[in-house]
Amino acid sequence: MTTGKIVKYSLSFILYFLIQVFILKDLVLFGYAFCFLYVFFLLSLPHELPTIPLMLIGFFMGLFIDLFYDSLGMHTASAVLLGFLRNPWIQVNTPTGGYDDNVPPTLLNMGMGWFVFYSIPLILIHHLLFFYIDILGTDLYLPLVIRVSASMAFTFVLGIIVQAVFYKKERVL
Amino acid sequence: MQQIFLFLYRLRALLLFLALELLAVGIIFTHNSPQGAVFFNSSNKLVGNLLSVKNNFVSYFSLYTANQALAEKNAELLNKLDRVSPVLDSANLSIDSVLAKNFEFWSARVINNSIHLNQNYITLNKGTKDGIEEGMGVFNELGVVGRVKGTSNNFSSVISLLNTNLLISSKIKETEVFGSIKWDGLKSNEAKLLYVPRHVQIEPGQEIVTSGYNAVFPEGIMIGKVKSVNPGSETNYLDISVSLSVDFSKLNFIYLVKNDSREELDSLGIEMETAGP
Repeated sequence: MTTGKIVKYSLSFILYFLIQVFILKDLVLFGYAFCFLYVFFLLSLPHELPTIPLMLIGFFMGLFIDLFYDSLGMHTASAVLLGFLRNPWIQVNTPTGGYDDNVPPTLLNMGMGWFVFYSIPLILIHHLLFFYIDILGTDLYLPLVIRVSASMAFTFVLGIIVQAVFYKKERVL
Repeated sequence: MQQIFLFLYRLRALLLFLALELLAVGIIFTHNSPQGAVFFNSSNKLVGNLLSVKNNFVSYFSLYTANQALAEKNAELLNKLDRVSPVLDSANLSIDSVLAKNFEFWSARVINNSIHLNQNYITLNKGTKDGIEEGMGVFNELGVVGRVKGTSNNFSSVISLLNTNLLISSKIKETEVFGSIKWDGLKSNEAKLLYVPRHVQIEPGQEIVTSGYNAVFPEGIMIGKVKSVNPGSETNYLDISVSLSVDFSKLNFIYLVKNDSREELDSLGIEMETAGP
């Protein structure tokens, strides 16, 4: 991890956070589809990053977002879970020939097929936990399913667009 | 001993994971208790200021509707004033007019609002510095909005009516039938009126207002209209849907109300409960 990279990821942390709380918070399509774009920040961190810092980054990202959403603890719990499961899931998905160093797991570096298989289950788990905590104490399971699927679609589509437009290919061919 | 440490060291990620999740669950529960410390949510200083700045930009887009609503409220108040003021004959003055002033009112602006989750909260741009206290009622010109959950110096956090944890004591205006309004978590413009027994006759279209029993709101603040009445599935109560009069997606300026005799009423209630039968 070079200083340049740390600066780059810190800036991207702040940018994802600001976009999340000031723009995407008010953007809920049809009352069901939320966009939690910040999960893509956690997904696109370098795969060499160990689980412990990853969980801590997730914890603080979630906590800061919770402050603005007034949903204290919900984003935190979901983001920590995502951080805990990400590296094992990356190990499971190792492509033939292994991962290259200094190549973060982004859409352009890894290809669409790999990225869909990598991101969808993690987004699903994150959203499921978030909306499950939200309905605790009630029996609104149908709205839960609608919210999770609609939000997954929205988050994924916007995330893919961001990845395609703002990230550049780093893989050396 | 060394073995144990080695073992724990190998499990360090799992242990940290459990610790962080426990911490998160802890703050979820303290946050969602009906009363509790709020230093760590959107009413804290930094977050509140940032939201306030954002709201300064965004609120321009809704200024027209906000002005219109305020003008309508003014007209309504002028009408009321007209009806109240001509008490020239002292024989018409009520004797305990000093005691009659039970409620104090404030106004504030909404700087943060959510309507799509099950536990929705609203942040206001006034706090203890301006006299806002925990437990005050919040409403706007259309009807009831929520109740103040906690305050910081400059901001306060309100449990929205769109929060499955909030119950509001209410009644049907025409027939004086009592019940509790609670949101069911489904649509942002509909809630349920609970605890109305089956034998009560209720027609769609009847207005529902605050009852004044829980000492948070004065009597008669609009909540909504009965939308549909069905016999409850297994309980002895009717299943009543209410269309709310407030459009929660367009909250802008709101009023706060404080009942000066609330402490008295509350302590009386506690005495009654502890005395028991």
